[in-house]
This record gives sequence, C-alpha cells and structure tokens, in this order.
Amino acid sequence: MRDRPCERSEAIQRSGRRASLRTGFIAALFAMTAPSALAQNAAPPAGEAPPLEVDIIGGISAPMPIAIPVMPTPRSAATPAGETGALGRQVAEIVATDLRNSGLFTPKGPGGLPGVSYPQVTAPDFPTWSGTGAQALVQGYVQANGDGTLTVGCYLYDVFAKTELTRQGFVVQPAFWRRAAHKCADAVYSRLTGEGAYFDTRIIYVAEAGPKGKRTKRLAIMDWDGANHRFLTNGQSTVLTPRFAPNQQTVVYMSYVGDQPRVYVYDVGTGRQRLLVNEPHMTFAPRFSPDGQWVVFSMSVGGNTDIYRVPTSGGRPQRLTNTPGIDTGGSYSPDGRQIVFESDRGGSQQLYVMDADGSNQRRISFGGGQYATPVWSPRGDMIAFTRIGGGGFRIGVMSPSGAGEKILTEAWQDEGPSWAPNGRAIMFFRTAQGSGKADLWAVDLTGANERRVATPLDGSDPAWSPLLK
Amino acid sequence: MKKSMTIAALATALVLSAGCAKKKPADLPPPPGGTETGVGAEGAGTGAGAGRHGRRRSLAGLARADFLQNVTADRVYFATDSHTLDPEARAVLDTQAAWLTRNAGARVTIEGHADERGTREYNLALGDRRANAAKNYLSGRGIAESRMTVISWGKERPEADGSDESAWAKNRRAVTVLPQ
Repeated sequence: MRDRPCERSEAIQRSGRRASLRTGFIAALFAMTAPSALAQNAAPPAGEAPPLEVDIIGGISAPMPIAIPVMPTPRSAATPAGETGALGRQVAEIVATDLRNSGLFTPKGPGGLPGVSYPQVTAPDFPTWSGTGAQALVQGYVQANGDGTLTVGCYLYDVFAKTELTRQGFVVQPAFWRRAAHKCADAVYSRLTGEGAYFDTRIIYVAEAGPKGKRTKRLAIMDWDGANHRFLTNGQSTVLTPRFAPNQQTVVYMSYVGDQPRVYVYDVGTGRQRLLVNEPHMTFAPRFSPDGQWVVFSMSVGGNTDIYRVPTSGGRPQRLTNTPGIDTGGSYSPDGRQIVFESDRGGSQQLYVMDADGSNQRRISFGGGQYATPVWSPRGDMIAFTRIGGGGFRIGVMSPSGAGEKILTEAWQDEGPSWAPNGRAIMFFRTAQGSGKADLWAVDLTGANERRVATPLDGSDPAWSPLLK
Repeated sequence: MKKSMTIAALATALVLSAGCAKKKPADLPPPPGGTETGVGAEGAGTGAGAGRHGRRRSLAGLARADFLQNVTADRVYFATDSHTLDPEARAVLDTQAAWLTRNAGARVTIEGHADERGTREYNLALGDRRANAAKNYLSGRGIAESRMTVISWGKERPEADGSDESAWAKNRRAVTVLPQ
C-alpha cells in the first residue's frame, strides 16, 4: 500500500471526567423487596384492584398518571453536586421527565404536589395521593454520606392498593447523581411495564454545523436526556456513523482524517483511538458484534463494496460477501449468529440476512422502493430499517423473516435507526428538505410518541448505548 | 501554447513535491526547503513577501489553472444511482487524459459524490463506484493508476444546495482534482 505519513493526526478532545464511569458508580443498596401483594404469582384477593401494569404491547393505551413529589433529605448538606434538598427536587424532576418521554406515563409533580417528610418516604399518605388522580407514586430521598457519596432511595407504590411495588437505592459519587435519578426512573418503568430499562443510557452522534455543502461533522456524546453533552472530536475531519460496543466504553466510527476515510476504534474513557484495519481502501459502516469481539464493516475495493469482519483487537479482515454490487450496512443479531445487511445485487437496495460466517445469504425484503440501514433489535424480534421510496425516507420495522413490515415515521428524510437497549424505542435522524439540516428524533416501536431529541447543534447518525452498568 | 506548457511542467514538479504536504494537517509547518522553494521563486515569480506556502500554493494554482483551461471540465456527471459514463462524460475524461499525458508528473485525486436521495453509507459506496469509473476510464487511456487516488464523499459534500432535480444532477459527479 502507499505510505500514509500524515494520518490519525486529528486531536481527540480528551477528558478523564467519565473515565471512572463504571468503577465509581452504583452499588445497589437494597435488594428488591419481597413480592408484594401485586406480584405476578400472587393472585389479588377478591374485591381488590387488578395489578397495576402499563400495557405497552397493544401500543395505544392511556398513559398512566403517576405522582412524583420532591424527594426529601434526612439532613440538609452541601455536596459538590449541590445541596441535598435541592438535589431531591432535581432527582424527582429527572424521574418525571424520563417517564414522560417514554410516552407511557403522565407524571404529576414534583411542582404543585404536597411535600413529603422523610419518615413519609416509607409510609406514604395514600389518601392524599389518590386524591390527585395518580395511580402510582414515586417517593425517595437524597442523603449525603460521610465518605462523600450520595445515597438516592427510590420507592414505587400502588396508590389504590396502598402497597409498595419496588424499592431500590443507589450510592453514587456526587458527579453521577443524574444517573441515580435515571436508575430510579428505570426501576419504575421496568416494574410497571415488565420491559427492560433504558433511561440510564447515552447517545453518541454526529454534531453538524455550517452550510449544506461544507458542514462540519464532529463526534459528540450525551446522556439520553441531553445532559452531560460534550464533543469528542474537534471538527477538523469529517466523522460519520459512530456505534457503541457492548461495554459502552468503546466506539467504532468513520473518519476522514488525512483525507483517507477509514474506520477507527475509539475509547471514550481514555480518548485513545486506532485504525481498525490497515488497508489502502475506504472502510465504513462499522458495527460491533454483541459480544464485542468482532467488528463487521464495509470496504470498497476498486469501486466494489463488500462486507467484512475483523476481530476488534485487530487482525486480518475476513470477507463475508462477494458480489459485484454494493453490500453494506451489516448488523449482528443479538445472539451473534446472523448478520442483516443491505445489498443492491438484485438491482436495488434490499435487505438480506446471512450467517455470521457469510454463508446462507438470503433476501428478506420485497416491498417497493429500496431498503437500507438495517439494524437488528436487541430483543432479536425486529429489524429496523430506512425505507426509500415515494421521494422520501421513512423508518420502519419488520421481523427477521421479512414479515410484518410496519412504517413508523413520515417526513422528507428519516434515516439511520438505532434501538434503545430494551428494543422498545428507536432513535434516528431527520433531514430537512432544501437546507439539509438534520436533527435527532425518537419514536416508539409502535409508531407512537414521536419526539425530537434536543442537541446543541444539528445532529445525525445517533447510536443508543447499551444500558449503563 | 509553448509557454503554457512550460509553466504546466514546472507547476507539475511542484505538485509532485507538494503531494505529501497536502495530506498533513494544515497547521503543520511546511517541510524543510527543497526544490519547491527554488523552483517556486524562479518559475512562479511570486511577489516579494510571499512565504513558501504562498509560492507553493500559487504554483499548484498555476497547474490547476492550466488543467482547467485545457480540459472540457474537471468533472463528469451521472444518472441517478448509476456509475455509467455516458458519451459526454467520456469526452470530458478524454481531455483530462490528454492533459495528464502531457503532464506526466501530475497526480490527481478523483472525488466521487452522490446526491442526497440515498442513505449515507450506501452513498459512500456509490461515490466510490463513480470515482473508480472515472479512474478506470483514465487508466484505459494510458494514465498510470499510481497517479490517481480516489476518495468518496458520498452525499456529504453537495455542490448544489437545493433539493430538486437540477441540484441533484449537479451533485452526482466525479471531480478530478489536482492537489492544492
């Protein structure tokens, strides 16, 4: 290959702020409590209300009213994150926002609700709460500990049955107090829906600015609710398509550094990065395998694009497709045994599935128009994609067999779906006609609850992290 | 014409030596002296006070200007989702091949682009196809492959801003670029 004297020179803005993300964080204080009267295996006594559950399988159901009062503190104390009483209000606000954003709840509070004393956290005044119309109640507390940590307690109650549904507690460094709030919201969401959690997650995406013909594109990362936003690259080189590894600390993405578009592996904690494969060809469209051991990617050799895989640690790429067409957009099934991808081998872009070694390639999409950017759901039961046709792009889902196709969005250009770790919501980017400005959006698997995800600049190519640990 | 050819030859020599510098980030200092400074001072006649960068750019600029004057166009256009060179495109590339034959030291980068109506990753592959279509044609006209680099920008660098057929037609292109 030609020498490449000047590559990999773009500075990554380093920050050790998140380096201790996993080591410094959460210890679960309390185990889940003993099964309550509403546990699934215990039939409620005759005459009592049925179990409190949110039905999200049917898709359209009235959001559940849930009260989230300010969380008291046993004793006011100053912490690096603020005074504990103020934190109690902020934690309640984050829990309310998370639950509202899911589209499955109508939170009340913390503003406008009665105050809760510290002893009341474990002994709610149920008549007051039933008077608000809330069916469920989230209470909690924020306490500063002698070792500099914070404890956030989180309790969920059934207002009508007057029972506790779950309790969880989190010990966090003050810098990670928002994560404790997301964990509390996750506990509430999971207990009431029976679905996996997804609020304590992050989004990596491409932050865009500037005129259409010369946009700067930088890597940026933020919490799922937009907090703790920071840029990871300085914008000197165009970057595209970041994707998380299952360890949430490693990212693959494509960069034009040195005018040589290549896939890089980037460590979010240390800021270090390296070239994925050393080949004199464009590499792009990378994604990790579910165990993080492999990266599937595309490489263009002399105008012909095929899909390859390579060990994340490095090594020789193994070619998985071998057609004269464009094969790209590979995405592993959650069991790691299959890969869905797009190919125009049949004349137009369509979706195909193959075994992880490249064998057994078969087409799964047969609708009109084209299909692109397939992404296998973390639950394995769905594949999200971009459907091209009728002068626009739309986000849709289908089963891995190709059956049950459903289009979820309607706009000029919706592209590049990424799944929430529980497989219930999809984030994508929406490009405006004419200006080319793009921003991030999320939609429920059912097509309901479409909402814009706020970012400081324009945004594209969102990738939703696995649930943080 | 003879004069123009001389300038082109001189500039081409500079382009060659500037090739590596192009790949470096813009904020790096210029490489230590060499032929380019000497030739630059002599051949380009840049005004007093122009630094090495200035001379190099202006010489590379002369080569680019000569290229643009002597080819029908620096770019060829494609039909939607196609990388086929039509007769008009081939005629353009013939003039580029003629210039590259006369300027045997010149290297070029061929940029492949797509309009906005494809997805990002697919368009990267499509841009690569288009750039390679132009490269392969020039290669068939006797230009050594080692003198040509391809890069795909997919739909990331549109030439025309609109979201209409005339803008899309301008954006489906392969552009032959001499180094800065």
